[in-house]
Amino acid sequence: MLQTLSGPCFVASLLIFFVGLLGRAVWYVRGLDWRLERVAYGYHKDRSIPGAINSIAKWLLPGGTAGWRAQPVAMLAFFLLHFGAVLIPLFLLGHTVLLEQTTGICLPSLPPNVADILCIASLSGIALLVLRRLFSPTLRQLNTWKDWFVLLLTFLPFFTGLMAKFDVNAYDTWILLHVITGELFLVLAPFTKLAHIVLFFMSRAQLGMDYAIKRGGRARGGSFPW
Amino acid sequence: MSQILCSPAPLTTKEAIHELLADKGGAEYYKQMRQLKVNQDALAYDLQSTCKSRTRTWLNICAHCGMCADSCFFYKTNNNDPKQIPSYKIQSTLGELLRRNGRVDAEFMMHCMDVAWGQCTCCNRCGMYCPHGIDTGVMFSYLRGILFKQGFTPWEMKIGSGMHRVYGAQMDVTEEDWVDTCEWMCDENSEEWPGLEIPVEKVGADVMYICNAREPKHYPEDLAQAAILFHVTGTNWTVPRVGWENTSLTMFAGDFEGCAMNLKRIYDAVERLKPKVVVGTECGHAHRATVVEGPYWAGRESGDPPVPFMHYVEWVAHVLRTGKLKINPEKKLKMPCTLQDACNYVRNDGLGRYTREIMSYIAEDFREMDPHNEHNFCCGGGGGMNGIGRYRKERNVGLKNKLDQIRATGAEMVVTPCHNCWDAIRDMMEVYDEHNIKWSFLKPLLINMMEIPPNIEHVES
Ligand code: SF4
Ligand code: SF4
Ligand code: SF4
Repeated sequence: MLQTLSGPCFVASLLIFFVGLLGRAVWYVRGLDWRLERVAYGYHKDRSIPGAINSIAKWLLPGGTAGWRAQPVAMLAFFLLHFGAVLIPLFLLGHTVLLEQTTGICLPSLPPNVADILCIASLSGIALLVLRRLFSPTLRQLNTWKDWFVLLLTFLPFFTGLMAKFDVNAYDTWILLHVITGELFLVLAPFTKLAHIVLFFMSRAQLGMDYAIKRGGRARGGSFPW
Repeated sequence: MSQILCSPAPLTTKEAIHELLADKGGAEYYKQMRQLKVNQDALAYDLQSTCKSRTRTWLNICAHCGMCADSCFFYKTNNNDPKQIPSYKIQSTLGELLRRNGRVDAEFMMHCMDVAWGQCTCCNRCGMYCPHGIDTGVMFSYLRGILFKQGFTPWEMKIGSGMHRVYGAQMDVTEEDWVDTCEWMCDENSEEWPGLEIPVEKVGADVMYICNAREPKHYPEDLAQAAILFHVTGTNWTVPRVGWENTSLTMFAGDFEGCAMNLKRIYDAVERLKPKVVVGTECGHAHRATVVEGPYWAGRESGDPPVPFMHYVEWVAHVLRTGKLKINPEKKLKMPCTLQDACNYVRNDGLGRYTREIMSYIAEDFREMDPHNEHNFCCGGGGGMNGIGRYRKERNVGLKNKLDQIRATGAEMVVTPCHNCWDAIRDMMEVYDEHNIKWSFLKPLLINMMEIPPNIEHVES
């Protein structure tokens, strides 16, 4: 069973993940309309490209924007979660081995103890997010079962992966659960808010271009002070 | 009253405007609105054809993280009411509309109206604080367009849109009234300023000046002050006979077809008079409508207006920098001053550097608000809110935020180069009984403190 799951099923979920996300990105770009959004996407490239890059880069930097600085707790939670969420799936030793076996793609891997730390950091990020959601009336108003579901979907692969490593006696069970939840994440990502994995970049680039092309790029000269 | 006052059709005749104006406060208008039938098929079609990937993605990926909450002054001034979170406001209106694909009733549409105009000024601040770059103000502006087409528009906005369509101005100022006011203001002031001119429809002037209809209608001295400043700086300028008004209640109303008509009048004037640049008065949304969004409504693919357009602050900074306008150092503002950054040309057109440049010339003790420039808060009356009686209470609550900001600077004077902000600041001082803080446009301040060059004749009155 584990073999099927980590063999053909793994490849299939990877495919769904990448094709699905690519599809969403393509759909996003094709749906842009200079008249409707009132942004001259095809013009002023000298401003729009730096504007787009800047709009993404500043938000990828902890403390890089006024928004992050205004909300240190949220910032901490997001970055704790996302460092691990980006690095572990790609560069954990077990993952790179599996990837090479199934697809032939070879990636460098993280030293195991770094990976452990990242994983624990991610889990603490998730814990912080949960606390924030439970205790802030603002977030209680906003969050629906879907938001909790997405968080759960993110939590499970981290949790089961970590347990497989530390609960050696039950390794087989944990690793099975890990593969299942990991693949569930991959398969569902393109169809849930997890699609922000690519759409974050799209949306940020668009707003960056909007400000650079239309809303002040000319007078402001430099980039928008996010 | 038995006639139809509330319908999806825009107002296109003087009679229709007067009928609606006669319905004081829109009592009957809103009553009829409750009975209005939503054309669900047209609504669904509109959503399908105009709500594309950008907006849908914004609504879909919103992480409900709440980071936008504190950025909205309505949320802050309503004791952190979760119903005022930008994300909640848009999800429960436009988001719901999309989920139901337009299968909604008049009650829901009126709820959307009350949120789109009564809980958002389209100041775009929240978009700066959202990690995903979700610009709720842009979405509310879009929603206003959808609502306008179905007839769910606040009474004053409906009238405003009609005024633009009928008079080519936000108020009933006809071409004749306009030209008369120009002549009158010129006559009024030519004793003090011999040689003062307000050249109407002069071809080939360097500057074509356009303004807010409130100026000729209610504060004609503003027009005179503009003329004096052009005169003193030796500017070769003109005003068009038609296309002189750059505000756009149509934009606030969501009447985007009307917006395009306004633009056409102005751009046609540019075509006729061939100025090198167009200077617009001290109005924020007028600049946004004419220069920032306007080129798109006029169908210009590059997004640029046909010739460079300057907001008044850009022009003032220019004449100060080049020495065409000199300030008498004795007469600079001595009291502590602060500056209201109008979202429409500061956050949304990057002109904050020019207003600051101006402050460096005119004020000895300039104090920034916190936050300021691109990060400023809306004055509290933007997006048409100042003018809508139905949301007066909500507006007055929101005004407190700006008043607190102003008070914290210790300033006694707020320099306010925007009509809307000016109104909001005037009102907040009254609503909250603040009598020690003044506010002003730039023009009167500049006239009081400028040095009159030797070649300009001036007779002290
Ligand atoms: S900050 Fe952005 S992602 Fe977070 S709740 Fe607000 S709109 Fe949604
Ligand atoms: S655009 Fe301004 S007023 Fe509207 S929700 Fe955002 S911050 Fe609030
Ligand atoms: S009135 Fe002034 S501050 Fe308020 S939204 Fe308009 S430009 Fe912004």
